[in-house]
Amino acid sequence: MTIKKRDFLQSLWDFFCSLKLTMFLLISLAVTSIIGTVIPQGTPPPEYVAQISANKLQLYKALGFFDMYHSWWFILLLYLLTVNLVACSIKRLPHILKMITDPATTLSHGLEQSIANVASIKTTDKPEALKEKITSFLKNEFGQPVVNEVDGAWHFFAQKAPWCRLAVYIVHLSVIVIFIGAMIGSLFGYKGYVNITEGETVSKIGLRSGQEHDLGFAVRCEQFTVSLYPNGAPKEFKSILTVLENGAPVPDYTNVRVIVNDPLQYKGITFYQSSYGDAGTHFFTMTDKEGKNPVPVAVSGMGSVVMTDGTSMRVSQATDDVSAFAPGLSGPAAQVEVHSPSGATDSFVVYANHPELNEAYARDHGTKQVIHYKGAQKKMFTGLQVAKDPGVWVVWVGCFLMIIGVYVAFFMSHRRIWVRIQNGTITVAGNTSKNQAAFQPVFQQLVDKLTTQLTKEKTQ
Amino acid sequence: MTSSLLFNITTFAYLVSMLLFFVFLTSRAKTLGTVAISVAYGGLLAQTIAIGLRWKESYDLGIGHAPLSNLYESVVFFAWTIVLIYLVMDIRYKYRVIGVFVMPFALLGMAWAQLGLDTGIQPLVPALQSNWLLYHVITCFLGYAAFAVACGISIMYLIRANHDDNSQKSGEASLISMFPPTRVLDDLNYRAIMVGFPLLTLGIITGAAWANYAWGTYWSWDPKETWSLIVWFVYAAFLHARFTRGWVGRRAAWLSIIGFAATIFCYLGVNLLLSGLHSYGG
Repeated sequence: MTIKKRDFLQSLWDFFCSLKLTMFLLISLAVTSIIGTVIPQGTPPPEYVAQISANKLQLYKALGFFDMYHSWWFILLLYLLTVNLVACSIKRLPHILKMITDPATTLSHGLEQSIANVASIKTTDKPEALKEKITSFLKNEFGQPVVNEVDGAWHFFAQKAPWCRLAVYIVHLSVIVIFIGAMIGSLFGYKGYVNITEGETVSKIGLRSGQEHDLGFAVRCEQFTVSLYPNGAPKEFKSILTVLENGAPVPDYTNVRVIVNDPLQYKGITFYQSSYGDAGTHFFTMTDKEGKNPVPVAVSGMGSVVMTDGTSMRVSQATDDVSAFAPGLSGPAAQVEVHSPSGATDSFVVYANHPELNEAYARDHGTKQVIHYKGAQKKMFTGLQVAKDPGVWVVWVGCFLMIIGVYVAFFMSHRRIWVRIQNGTITVAGNTSKNQAAFQPVFQQLVDKLTTQLTKEKTQ
Repeated sequence: MTSSLLFNITTFAYLVSMLLFFVFLTSRAKTLGTVAISVAYGGLLAQTIAIGLRWKESYDLGIGHAPLSNLYESVVFFAWTIVLIYLVMDIRYKYRVIGVFVMPFALLGMAWAQLGLDTGIQPLVPALQSNWLLYHVITCFLGYAAFAVACGISIMYLIRANHDDNSQKSGEASLISMFPPTRVLDDLNYRAIMVGFPLLTLGIITGAAWANYAWGTYWSWDPKETWSLIVWFVYAAFLHARFTRGWVGRRAAWLSIIGFAATIFCYLGVNLLLSGLHSYGG
């Protein structure tokens, strides 16, 4: 029973240590990630729902496809990857650490067999005389050697950058650090949004989860402007914001300019320029067909107004000067959309300086009421993303570790040189943790240099 | 001299270089290989000047910005990085013949950009007005280019491996014997990805840093972000394949080709077929 249990634990451990599992997980993550880029994430839009069958919708919902990157099976894959890379590291790290801290300093014949680069030089010099030369040669040309004598043979060992063997584990660690940072963010941070009309102050924002969040301070939008390039493309969206504590402006946070790519940060909470809209009020007067009995009506830029007879009206666009659109006419004008209680929709332009046109339209269309535009009080609202993420620094630390780790893992190598003097033969062996092709000439150069140095000194 | 004229010269140079590489492959004349690569150098030089000129021209228009802001400019830059990475690999490893499978990518890019895309210089939309644009785009495209070169090498690997299997039976020699041996191609493939992977990693991280700075989230599972991660997963799998039994050789070559297909989808497919935050790239 206990043997069986141990067998099971052993095979479970082997399973988590295997690179085949790594391959499976990386490919599975790559393939499943595609789903969320094809199926809309979040609440599926009605157009999409109409497109697919009810069964499919049900299935997708059950599998979590509409929030797949947070679905149990995707998170499970990420957890398995974490366990896999931790297990692999635990399995291999002791061996690597031993190689770094306790390297094989003698070149045994068994070790010699396993090394790709080996050269030998015949010598008639005394080992004692050679010892000095080889020690200083290795020190100058490669690295400080460890020298010892075993069974009448002298062994020299020198190495370069042994610690770079740890780079792979730094990369593995960095992945875990990034995951931890992401978790801190999702546990202690939030993402939200807020619309602030010019001149207004808010202290609460809406979170993505649908809840409302109290900031603990207030933000006022002083002004919002859009500037355009000559060709009409947007050039800059700019909000002027002021932070208020207990109703009083905070000195360094008064009239702060916030544009796209330049957010406002206060108390760990960041406000990003994200959208904007018209929050102004348009004024109209309703009269009867003779232009009598005027009734004032105000419509906000974002909403619509319902009149006593049940018709509703909203403004689709408006201008201060209609002459650019309609030569010969002047003054403010607005395009309005009128929905009558019967369900009919009508869209037309009403003017401020041309009541006769408004009356003519009403007469032609047989409506009882005439709408006259009176102009607008201009006002914009700014749409801000609000985010707090205390885990973001952990993520950056992880990213930094990853870049360093990947760089060292790919572009640096642990290089080792052994030299043995035995029975009038100097045997040189060299080994690298990677990039054999680049090491080969380096090794050859080293051997050639040693050979010439030894023979040159002899002829002198 | 305008940038658009120089871009046309570049396209022509890449075409000539590619054709010379084809002739080099069939004739096995070493001089032709030298001429082919010299033309590629000439094309790269012309393109470098052209990119610099376009940059200057945008300032003359009063809307100065690095020429990395729309699909046309990015395709041109992609072609530039492909040739650059290939030439660097040629200097370092001296396997000139891989140009046969790399130059077509560069030519395809330039030809599509010059013939099929809007070449006008547009002002920079607010979302792109940041220094991060430069770091993000340069790292990403150098990475993509290294993957393009790796893909070319992998195709050569598969052709050579199939040829080796067959010729053992028939014993015939062909122009495929001009290809480096599979062992070398496998190594070159790894080396190209060794350059591409850190650059892609850096590209994703600079993108995340920029997103965090501009939008308040370093990661939002936007299709572009997700596809870049898919590409990263595929090449991470490739790198681990080298140490996994049963995954060396052909399968690794296929992973490299699939990785580049995913790269191209990440770059173009996401913009042309899916919707998301990177729509200005298309």
